[in-house]
Amino acid sequence: MIEIGLSHYLTLAALLFTIGVFGIFLNRKNVIVILMSIELMLLAVNINFVAFSAYLGDLTGQVFTMFILTVAAAEAAIGLAILVTFFRNKGSIAVEDISAMRG
Amino acid sequence: MIVQAFAFYLFAGILTLSALMVITARNPVHSVLFLVLAFFNAAGLFVMLGAEFIALILVIVYVGAVAVLFLFVVMMLDINFSDMRKGAMQYVPIGMLIGAVLLTELIMLYGTWQFVPGRKQNIADPVAAFEGQNNTEALGQLIYTDYIFAFQTAGLILFVAMIGAIVLTHRTRAGVRKQSVSDQQARNPADVLEIQKITPKTGV
Repeated sequence: MIEIGLSHYLTLAALLFTIGVFGIFLNRKNVIVILMSIELMLLAVNINFVAFSAYLGDLTGQVFTMFILTVAAAEAAIGLAILVTFFRNKGSIAVEDISAMRG
Repeated sequence: MIVQAFAFYLFAGILTLSALMVITARNPVHSVLFLVLAFFNAAGLFVMLGAEFIALILVIVYVGAVAVLFLFVVMMLDINFSDMRKGAMQYVPIGMLIGAVLLTELIMLYGTWQFVPGRKQNIADPVAAFEGQNNTEALGQLIYTDYIFAFQTAGLILFVAMIGAIVLTHRTRAGVRKQSVSDQQARNPADVLEIQKITPKTGV
């Protein structure tokens, strides 16, 4: 327990990922918190990448983490922009109101 | 070694607790603030792993940009968030079941992780090749050489995201007095000026 190894970081990332998945179930009506849960899951993946990078002595993991950060930032910007536009049109951001494309 | 273990459990504990608070907080503003705390602690873990550049990028990008964007949107939208909690407990048991299965599987996989013996041959960018350079210099040597196309693509993705966000949220409002440069440039003295000869003592 005192010697911090790769397994510690991987277990932490697994815990964080599970919290992210559970957050989607818990806040299934609130799109903003769902987006935050997705950010938590991406953070868990980043912890995995950096931990493997550090314990393997391979810098590729850290390079890839930067690209994940980029895509996460772009995703948050676009997601929130869609949310703002949707709120202007419908006056609500509840998930069950997003049903305009239901056949 | 004791200090390292203490720091890891401190960061990991606060990270896990604040992640739990993100998904359970009633007020979304609190959720965003706990998200900021989670990112700071993750940055601390990255510093412990020797990835200082990623740690600081995480603070700058996530705390400085993404979390502030979330906060901005949460405060801008006028929504009664307490109504959204109604009926949320309906799917909690199946969510817990799926979460427990996922966590058990992941911990069974990761808790006993062993590297293959011949892993040294498969390393793409060994840290040992950047002896004497710090983490930022080593990453810079990589992303501007081997990963230059991926790096440029990342910039393109951000550019497209920026244009997309602007196009999605931009709206032209009616009744706003605004300077129209093209109209000003197109004005012609012949159209708007009328020169009149006024004979004295008659008035216009």
